[in-house]
Amino acid sequence: MNSWKYPAFWIALVLLLIGGFLPWVTGSRTTRETMFLILLSVALASSLNILLGYAGYVSFGHIVFFGLGGYVGIYLISRLGWPLSLATVAGGLMAALLALLLGLAILRLRGAYFALATIGVNEAVRTFINNFQPFGGPIGMELDFSVYQQYGGAANMQWLTYWAVFLLTVAVVIFSYGLKFSRFGLGLMAIREDEDAAMVMGVRTPSAKTIAYVLSAIVPGMLGVLFFFRNSSVEPHEAFRLHRSIEMIVMVMLGGQGTVLGPLFGAAAYESIRSYLLTSPLFKDLQLAIAGLLLLLIVLFVPSGVVGWLRSRFRKLWRVLE
Amino acid sequence: MSLQQYVENQPLLQVQNVSKRFGGLLAVAEVSFDLPQGQILGLIGPNGAGKTTLFNVITGVYTPTEGHVLFRGVDVSGWPPYNVVRLGLARTHQIVRPLNDLTVLENVMAGACYGYAQLPLREAREVALEVMEFLGLADRRDMLAGSLNVAQKKRLELARALASRPRLLLLDEVLAGLNPTEIAEMVEVVHKIREQGVTIFIIEHVMHALMNVSDRVIVLDYGRLIAEGTPDEIANNPQVIEAYLGDPKLAEKLLSGEEEDV
Ligand SMILES: Nc1ncnc2c1ncn2[C@@H]1O[C@H](COP(=O)(O)OP(=O)(O)OP(=O)(O)O)[C@@H](O)[C@H]1O
Ligand SMILES: [Mg+2]
Repeated sequence: MNSWKYPAFWIALVLLLIGGFLPWVTGSRTTRETMFLILLSVALASSLNILLGYAGYVSFGHIVFFGLGGYVGIYLISRLGWPLSLATVAGGLMAALLALLLGLAILRLRGAYFALATIGVNEAVRTFINNFQPFGGPIGMELDFSVYQQYGGAANMQWLTYWAVFLLTVAVVIFSYGLKFSRFGLGLMAIREDEDAAMVMGVRTPSAKTIAYVLSAIVPGMLGVLFFFRNSSVEPHEAFRLHRSIEMIVMVMLGGQGTVLGPLFGAAAYESIRSYLLTSPLFKDLQLAIAGLLLLLIVLFVPSGVVGWLRSRFRKLWRVLE
Repeated sequence: MSLQQYVENQPLLQVQNVSKRFGGLLAVAEVSFDLPQGQILGLIGPNGAGKTTLFNVITGVYTPTEGHVLFRGVDVSGWPPYNVVRLGLARTHQIVRPLNDLTVLENVMAGACYGYAQLPLREAREVALEVMEFLGLADRRDMLAGSLNVAQKKRLELARALASRPRLLLLDEVLAGLNPTEIAEMVEVVHKIREQGVTIFIIEHVMHALMNVSDRVIVLDYGRLIAEGTPDEIANNPQVIEAYLGDPKLAEKLLSGEEEDV
């Protein structure tokens, strides 16, 4: 099937391009910082969507790949003097490796058991790194500011990482679109709909699920490197925040799991709500409670998310809003 | 004799002394039979006799507690279903299992992509459209599978299985819940499938239809194989009539086709 014919692809791409170039057009730093967080969330949510939306497996600990990537990246850059580009690739590969090992171990679990296991994994990795001296133990690692000199100084580095995140976001959205209309994607969706039936239809479910898990981990790993490089430090508490995992799920579910546009809308909407809440004195400390409440409301009333709801409400949009 | 010929001369399916136990229940007990290429083999038996369980053992959904299943001469007992079907087997489910949130076309394409045929997406689409045309599902291609009615879902099960271009097709009560016209259409379809060289193993409660399509029939009762023969022999086998219904008169009526369903 020629996926480029479908409008959803162009809608997604145009929205991303407009959003991505907005800070460049306005030249505003605030816009750039806002867009940075939105793009980061879109990329994280779209990655998670490959596992959650296509294969139907809920990972409650997906941020572990982001955190691990951050650690690997900072370590390679600060201790071994690697360039950012290579460190970013290495962060993605390490995340993929972790996902591969985990996939072989825990993807035989189904439903809630898998979800629980992923929480355990996040906590286990955090505890491990907390005690792992080469990574700085509980204190973590800091970058020497002089590193930024290679990238034209701190101000330039911020643009550089912004564009890198933008590129990754575009890449993951295009990739997840292609995946959705591929033979492999069809196998994943068969697993989501009925894993036992999929097996009887000939889908090699163990390897398909593992590959999906690996694919959903690579970009978060790479983003982790970029994010913590920009942040100039990484510490266990910040790298493996469980609530970031939950927010990722909220984004995917809010927009609509299994669609390409869903995570895009969901992440953008959620980030906007969150930044509003963070600045509002009333809700400042309640953002996590609100994320939880939102998740509850979605699951109860619009389980297929906004895009899913629109698609089933207006059947003409079915092929438009993939 | 070359290996190729040897394999071709083997019965397509050999079930050897197969038992399946669920806790204290022996659902299938020491069942043995062969299914040669090109035949239609019927399987009957009262509710709970172990028919579906036998299908599940053959397809690898369950590992047999004892015994072996040989498909195309290969011992597939204990293989996961996705490896068994890749040797050329496909099945329908008694309780339909559509991929609800995918379209009818996508459902059938998945069969063509992943079953025996192992087609790339584009060819899978061609095959799927062909099979859907054959089964009268073509005008439903973009509907969600979950929104089909029961008769259509049964056809979808069959379409998905057929799209994988199997050597052996296992049909688990594809006629149940259909009205007489639909049954007649489906019987016609089964005949056509056989003409394409597909071997068929079919479980059915709609007796006269089963007697009509089968070359040979085997009978399960409490997990045991109690009879095997041509439809005529089975219909006149007092042991079958007794075991199957416990009421010979009702049985006769059923087998002659006066009653539609049990
Ligand atoms: N997974 C299972 N666990 C435990 N018992 C099972 C399981 N599957 C089937 N059984 C039992 O095994 C016996 C045979 O069931 P099976 O479904 O094979 O019968 P059947 O001949 O297909 O009946 P029907 O005509 O009603 O479809 C039944 O008593 C059933 O309750
Ligand atoms: Mg049954």
